[in-house]
Amino acid sequence: MKKSWGVRIWRWSIITVVGAYLLVPLYAMFDFSTKPFGFQDKGRTFRAWQIIPSQPDLMISIARSLITAGIVMSLILFLIVPTAIWVHLKLPLLRRPFELLCLLPLAIPAIVIVVGIAPLYRWISINLTESPITLSAVYSMLILPYTYRSLSAALDAVDIHTLAEAARTLGANSSRVIFGIIMPTIKTGIVNGSFIAIALVMGEFTISNILNYKTFQVVVAQIGRTNGNVAVAVSLASILFVLVLLLAIPTKKRRGAVLDVDLV
Amino acid sequence: MTQLQYKGTGSASGRTGSRYWRSKSAYLGVIPFLIVSGLFLLYPTWNVASGAFQDNYGKFSTSILKEVFKSPVARHAFANSLEISIKTALAGAIMGGLFAWAIVNGKRDGFFYRFSVALSSVLAQFGGVMLTFAFLATFGFNGLVANIALKVAPNSFLAESSWLYGMLGLSILYTFFQIPLMVLVFLPTLENLKPQWREASDALGGKAWEYWLRIGIPILTPSFAGAVLLLFVNSFSAYATAQTLINLSDFLTPLEIATALTSETGGSNPAEAKSLSFFMVIVVIIAMTLYALLRRRVSRWEQRR
Repeated sequence: MKKSWGVRIWRWSIITVVGAYLLVPLYAMFDFSTKPFGFQDKGRTFRAWQIIPSQPDLMISIARSLITAGIVMSLILFLIVPTAIWVHLKLPLLRRPFELLCLLPLAIPAIVIVVGIAPLYRWISINLTESPITLSAVYSMLILPYTYRSLSAALDAVDIHTLAEAARTLGANSSRVIFGIIMPTIKTGIVNGSFIAIALVMGEFTISNILNYKTFQVVVAQIGRTNGNVAVAVSLASILFVLVLLLAIPTKKRRGAVLDVDLV
Repeated sequence: MTQLQYKGTGSASGRTGSRYWRSKSAYLGVIPFLIVSGLFLLYPTWNVASGAFQDNYGKFSTSILKEVFKSPVARHAFANSLEISIKTALAGAIMGGLFAWAIVNGKRDGFFYRFSVALSSVLAQFGGVMLTFAFLATFGFNGLVANIALKVAPNSFLAESSWLYGMLGLSILYTFFQIPLMVLVFLPTLENLKPQWREASDALGGKAWEYWLRIGIPILTPSFAGAVLLLFVNSFSAYATAQTLINLSDFLTPLEIATALTSETGGSNPAEAKSLSFFMVIVVIIAMTLYALLRRRVSRWEQRR
């Protein structure tokens, strides 16, 4: 289809203006991270990029954030998904309350969750253990609306009642029905949910900073105070990494699930 | 075996609620989830809601709530928070909406489409530490644009980076993550606009501007308003960007809450933090309720996704 000249001019001027807004800062990050040291004005150096792997704090924080993301994902897989299926299958009366509970975090900013959780977090850290498990539990609650959205869309798309009925008739028990029959059929929804989980955990700053838990973002912010070039290099690297990852994943699986937050 | 079969079909038959209601033991299945969400979601919510009505010794009182409400510092921060959220929600919605239109008008599933959607997904989550770095590298001292401005127009405001650390700078940073969020939210809406409507308008002799004025804009208004509310909540709750850029404890409400909670000089005041949070939650709940009502009004053509 041929587009008229008016549409084309509008389209390209919008793309230029907004594109510049979004891309110039990214290029500036590259420019800044390759600036030579001292008072030299010319040339480029990749020193800041080269010394990324030799920052022990940074590597530990990445590992820590990945472990946290792993725990969040297992909470989604073994707690939230089975509960959502169970409620869909067996407890239709609880569907509405369950949905409201899942959407509650939308009404509570992260900073408010911190205020509420701080006493409990302190108590657990002092009396039980200071492990990423507590933080993971908070994160898994924080992403509940997104997980719920992608799950309920997937659960509505297949007739899980018939599936469950058929499996029961053939002698499967409840856990087999949930983990062996229904979860594989809604795989896409679960993958979408887990993807959001990783994105959130790697990008989260508010909660971990205030609870003084040194996740990836917190450590990057710390490095930024002493060694700006390295911090900028790390930031740009992580953005590019996620961008390439997203481009590599087939579009069909991802569409409409990344930040689809409908309340109704 | 036959017994088991009967049992199996019996428990999973009828899809109405009434039959399930009989098996009370099924309710045991939600207990693990209830424990976790009770501890990490309901307890904090309750803690803030009830704590707003208590003083620092746990006694019931509305004095701190009133104190916060009357305090000029808190009011100023709250006004700033509202101002920046409204401004950046509108700016982000307009720019993001136009950009989404530009994406939709391109080749479907072409490289530009895929790249824009992927970039938006990344940048929408990009607020915080890294966003601050990006803008410091652009407009900050010795930044890319600042250096160019220093050479080309040394007297312009771009040459000196102090503007970045105020309302204007923070708004520009916030808009940066609002645009991609708007693209993600608004793209499905634009994609579901029926081409037949445009064809009908053209066939009846309507001009392009008439189509937008009489069909496009009226039909998109509820979705657009909903998206604006979503962006409003997004920047109203944002903390990381402001914290890493200016770290001025009285500038925005989230910063004030964090200071009240963690003050290192021993002035930690959890009751004040809870009262401030309480007011924040009220604003968010109002915005989200309006959003839910708007979504309900959006007609069926868009619900199909």
